[in-house]
Formats: sequence, C-alpha cells, structure tokens
Amino acid sequence: MSTVDEAVNRGRNLSSEQFLLLVVGIGAVALLGDLILGLASGTYSISRVARYVTEGILYGLIIGLAGIGLSMTYSILNFANFAHGDYVTTGAFFGWGVTYLVAGWGVASVGPLVLVAPQREVSGAQLDVAITATPIAVLAGLLVAGVATALFVLLIDRLAFKPVRGSGGIPLLITSVGVAFALRYVLVFVYSSSTRGTTASVPSVDFLLVDGYVSIGAHDATLIVAAVALMLGVHFLLQRTKLGKAMRAMSDNRDLALVTGIPTERVIRWTWMIGGGLAGTAGYLMVLWTGTIDWQFGWLLLLLIFAAVILGGIGSIYGAIFGGLVIGVGMHMSMIWLPGGDFTTITAFLLMILVLLIRPSGLFGGKTTA
Amino acid sequence: MSANTTANATDERTRLEALWERDAVKIFVAFAAIYLVYAAIGLALGYSLDGIVNTLRRMTYLIAVYGMVTLALNLHWGYTGLFNIGVAGFMAIGLYVTMMLAKPVDPTGAAQYPGLGLPMPIAIAGGVVAAGLAGLVVAIPALRLRADYFAITTIAFAEIVRLGLTSGMAQQFSVFGAELGTGGGRGLTRNYGDPMNVIFELEAFSSFVDLTNALFGFGPTQARALAYSIVLVLVLIGFYWLIQRTSRSPFGRVLKAIREDEEAAQSLGKNTNRFKIKVFVLGCALMGLAGILWRFRRTGVTPTAFRPHVTFYIWIALIIGGAGSNTGSVLGSGLFVAVLFEGPRYVRRLIEEVVTVGDAPNTFAGAVGPLLSANPAPFLRYTFEEFLTLQFVLMGVALVLLMHRRPDGLLGHREETAAAIPLADRPVAETGAGPRPGGTDSDRGGDSQ
Repeated sequence: MSTVDEAVNRGRNLSSEQFLLLVVGIGAVALLGDLILGLASGTYSISRVARYVTEGILYGLIIGLAGIGLSMTYSILNFANFAHGDYVTTGAFFGWGVTYLVAGWGVASVGPLVLVAPQREVSGAQLDVAITATPIAVLAGLLVAGVATALFVLLIDRLAFKPVRGSGGIPLLITSVGVAFALRYVLVFVYSSSTRGTTASVPSVDFLLVDGYVSIGAHDATLIVAAVALMLGVHFLLQRTKLGKAMRAMSDNRDLALVTGIPTERVIRWTWMIGGGLAGTAGYLMVLWTGTIDWQFGWLLLLLIFAAVILGGIGSIYGAIFGGLVIGVGMHMSMIWLPGGDFTTITAFLLMILVLLIRPSGLFGGKTTA
Repeated sequence: MSANTTANATDERTRLEALWERDAVKIFVAFAAIYLVYAAIGLALGYSLDGIVNTLRRMTYLIAVYGMVTLALNLHWGYTGLFNIGVAGFMAIGLYVTMMLAKPVDPTGAAQYPGLGLPMPIAIAGGVVAAGLAGLVVAIPALRLRADYFAITTIAFAEIVRLGLTSGMAQQFSVFGAELGTGGGRGLTRNYGDPMNVIFELEAFSSFVDLTNALFGFGPTQARALAYSIVLVLVLIGFYWLIQRTSRSPFGRVLKAIREDEEAAQSLGKNTNRFKIKVFVLGCALMGLAGILWRFRRTGVTPTAFRPHVTFYIWIALIIGGAGSNTGSVLGSGLFVAVLFEGPRYVRRLIEEVVTVGDAPNTFAGAVGPLLSANPAPFLRYTFEEFLTLQFVLMGVALVLLMHRRPDGLLGHREETAAAIPLADRPVAETGAGPRPGGTDSDRGGDSQ
C-alpha cells in the first residue's frame, strides 16, 4: 500500500511541475506563433524586431560578461554576492577616470578628469571620447577597469568576506548586502551622484532589412569584440590552465581539492580577481555602449545578472553567458507585446522566477564544472 | 564586618547582573538612554520644550513602525528561517491597496485617480489581506527553493511590485466596472479624511489636546501626531504579543524545528511546507499592516518610498537585535533608528551648532588635493557636506561589522526551550549535577534542551 501511496504522491508532485512546464510551454509557443504570424502579415515590423534582437544581444553580452564572475564566486565560495553589481559600477568609474585623463590631458585639470567630471566640468562629447576618435584612451580605460577592479575586489574580500568565509552562505550573503550598500555610497561620496554623458557620437553602419534599417555603431562593435574575446579568454583559462583545473576541482568539492594539495586560498584569490576584473570591464563596456554613467547602474543591473546566472545554472560560465543573452533578448523582445519599456525589467525577473520554479538547477543542468 | 559588606556587595552585584540578564530590563535601559540622549541633544540645539517632545515623538513613531516590520521579519527569518528580502514589496502592496480602496470614487482637484470610497477599517483590512495573498502567491511555488534562491525570488518580487506600480499601465484601470488607479510614477495623493479621525473626533480627544497644550505647549496638529504615535506604540505591543504567542505555541515550536532542521521536522510527521506557507502569509500580512500604518496619514505616496533600502533597514534592525528574539527585534529597531537612521543627522546639526564649518569644496578632488599639502580642512568640510551620504556608508559598514563580530545580534541567543513544560524552574537538587543520559545534544544551541 505504502509504495502505491508513494507512487501516487510522486506522480502528484511530478504532475504539478509538469503542469507548470506545460503552461509555460503553451505560453511560449503562443508568443512564438503570434510573432511569426505577425511578422508574416506585417503587423510587426521585421526591422523593428531585428533591432530589438540586436539590442538584446548587446545587452545580454554585458550581463553575461558580468555574470561569469558572479557565477564563479557563487559556485566556488558558495554564496550569492549582492555586491557584484556595485563592482560593475566601481570598475566603470575606475576605467572612465583613466579614459577621461588620457583623452582630456591638458584640456582640463587632473582632479575632475579622474573623477569623471563629477560636476559636469567637461563632457565626453567635448573631449571627443569614442573608440574611433580616441582609441588609446578607450583601450587604456578598458584595461584599467579590469585590472583595478580585480585588485579592488581582492581588497574587499580581505576586509569583508575573508573573516566570515567559514560561516556559511547566508551570513556571507548578508555581509555582501552590507558591502554593496557601503560601496555604492562611497562611490557617491567620491564621484558624486550626478548622471553624465561620457561619449561622443560614433559612425555606424546601417543594414537594410525588408522594411527598415538596423544600425550597428562602432561602440556596438567594440562591445561585441571585447566581450567575445574576454569570454573566449576565460574559456581557455578554465579549460587549458592548471589554475582553471584547480578552480573546477574546487567548485566540485572543496574538501577534496584541499586534501589533493590544491592551494585553495590562492585559487579563491584568483577567482575574485577574474570575477572582479570581468565585472569591471563589463561596467566599462556598458558605459561605452550607453554613453552615460551614474552611481547605481550596476546595482540596477545586479538582479538581471542574478537572473542570467540562475537561468544558466550556477557555476557554469557558459550558462551565465547563455543566460545573459536569453535575459537580454527576452527583455527587449517583450517590447513587441508590451510597448513603452516599462515592463522589460519585469519580464526579466518573471523569466528568472519561472526558471527557478521549473528547473532550479538552471538550463545547463547545474553542472558545476566552471 | 568587612567580609560581610563585601558579601553583601557581591550579592547585590549578582542580583543586578541577574536583573540585567532579563531582556525587558535591557530594553528599558536602552530606550531610556535613547530618549535621554535625544532630549539632551534637543536642549543643546536650543529647542523649546515642544520641540524636544516633538523630536522624541518622531523617534517613537519611527521605532514603532520599524519595530512592527522587524517583528514580522523575525517571524520569517528568526523563527522559521525564511530568507525574505522582499519586505518593501509587501509593505507597498498593503499601503497601495488600502489607499486605492479608501480614495473617494470621484477624484477632485489635484487627486487625479479615483478609488472605491470604502470606509477606512475595510480599506485597511483589504490592504492586509492583499499583502497576505501576495505572500501566498510568492510562497506556494517559491518555498521549495533553497534559502538563497528564495531570497533572490523575494527581492525580484518586490522589484516587480515597485516597477509595476511605477509603470504607466496600472495608472488607472477598472475592476468590475469600478475605476481604480495606482497613479504610476506620480503616485497617489490622500484625498480622503485623516484615517485617525475615529480617534480625533472622540469627545475625550479634545481634553487630550488641552492636556498636551498645557504640558508641552502643543497645538492640535502636534497633539494629533502624538496620539498617532501612541496608537502605533500600542499596535507595536499588539504585534509583539501576537508574535510572542505564536512563537510559544505548538505552531511556533514547529517553526523553530523547521529552522533548525527541516528534514527532522518532516520525519516527525509535520507537513513543513504547510507551516511555512502559513507563517509566510501571516508575516507578509503583518508587513502590509505596518506599511499601511507607516504612511496612510501622509499627503501621498510614490513608489520610490518602497525601494530596496527599506528592506535593508529592516534587516539591519533585525540583525542588531538578533534573529529569533522578539525583544531583540524591538531593541534592534530602537538602536537602528536612534543611532543609524536619525543619529547622523542630529550629530551634523550639533556640529553645526558648535563650529562654523564654512564653504566645502564641491568635488572630492577639491577635498583631497589640499590633504597632500597637509591641509585637512577642505576634506573635513567636504565630509561634513556629504554627511548624509556617509550615513548610508555607515549603515553598510555596520552590517558588515555585525556579521563579523556579533552575527547573533545583541539578544539573539536563541535558547528557547522546545518543551511545553518549564524546565528551568525546577530546583537544582532534583535535576542532579551529573551529565544527562541523553548526551550532549544541547551544544547546538537550538531547541534541544
């Protein structure tokens, strides 16, 4: 009897999950069908949809790039780091300070330049900051954003996270919320709370697509090249180097890694540095792409990054990249049905919650193989 | 003789220490200190008597509201281990639903959006029920998730609520033919009567107004604000009583069992999911009520009032006091409001009173530059100018330090007995001095006594 009960119960649990999956599946098919029919009949403009997809991919690349770091620390240190979004902002400010300094040397004094013109003393347009006009300034900024953030994140680990590393995921999570809050307002203290424009306009190429144009600017291209190169770099680092092997071993089983002689503390350090560096460059690229910088864009990005990481499965960098693209494209595609842009973020969060409910281990099966 | 006095002194000391051990005494001392310090600050700032009393009233109001939400959160996290970081969302739902129900049907003047025009008590009940239902919607699917996923789901929910309220789409809509609206980013204005009128229109209230006028020189508005704060304190006591009763009931014991070891509770035949859903809904409804009481007298509300900051404040208060302790939640709210929330502003005013600070440089660069030539004045001025920014830094640092030094908070010792009968009152001789045969299961610090 009891086995029958068990089977019935299992069936019931299974059916509720499958029911949810069914509902989501039907919804997805309905939306897709509507999209195809709409495109075929001309209700939805093909070029507009293509623009949404392109924007979504670009946005998704940023989320994915930042997500790699979050995913790595999540799986190796076992906690959800709520300060990661503010690492993104910090990196952007570090990098753009250098870009302004290089591009504006002699035009304005050093202080305002390094602080990215806190009182709007100069603007990016005045300094003519763009990948085409001032490539060296942009590349220097990108490099500094990565390196300086990596070191900065290491410092924060030493001060805030290392002392409580052994006390489990939740205390670390709460600590990270405190770090996020403190860091965000330190940024306001140093860089001020004003929003400023950072770039001059750049040339772009227009592609004709049936009923309109899709335009790809020089900064869009820079974002794609830089993000893909960094993602490939991380892939080779994890797959080909000894450090990568050690990282994968640690995320798999920390104690086992320790007894095998892997210097876990050193691996943790490298994890923070790689994750922080990627977060910093993602922040820099985001500002290059959108052309504005403010003190809380990283925090606002954080939940989207979480959404991407959870969607892809924690611990998988490919999952984070894929999740980022899904979130980015999904957010922008939502504007086909829900115009105005009020609902893009809501769509992303709902996507994440759905994935959590249907497949908590993420689309990439929760394989913690970095 | 002298031996006798020292014995007496030590006796006195142990008595005092025993007294200090009691949470109620700690709370009393802490609150007395808070009020005294703020009264002294008021004096130092040259406030008149009504100014000082008004300062203390504002403190009381804030402590009462934060105390309510912290107690509700304690029910979630402290007792059941549900990591809810979407507190602001549930508060928002409570307040918005109440306002939408209470606003008159015909919008007049500056109040653009119509409501249902229901009487206040029904509107409040509606808001509380709505917050509870929202909790149910989140809880049923999300409770299967790990604590950290649950946390992310709740904060995402709170953001969905806030962004949904901000969006233009729900600005005005109709349900079954009745027009309603959230007002979008512009929010809702209160164009119904003061919700406290039930009390203010009482005969006895006019003598309260006279009394406060005679004692502190209060006008009618200040008297009303004082009465409102007193009502909030009474509600806080009600919250405390309710949650204390809940946690001491058989229901509460199951909650603690879930917190300590959910599988063990399941193995004892408890349907832990049902318990978790019930307690989550209860806590969310209470958060909704606190949200309503927090702002329903103000002239209006916008969605920015429910940014994740609010949740962060409540968590700091909870962690200061110690998760799992109701007295701790109240104490934590008091300390949070007095030291971290209101403190920096008063310190700034005090400094302004004592020294003339002068013009601050308007950028950080202008502040740091002179430091190189050993001139700290511009930096200090800049710091002073940005005091309120640094207040948030202070809050973040405080949370990090608490997690480092006192993760259990001030009163969060969590040594509640799980047994229904009192164990501590038995004379020592009966229990015996030897180790119990059951082994050393008390070292987990849970409910294992």
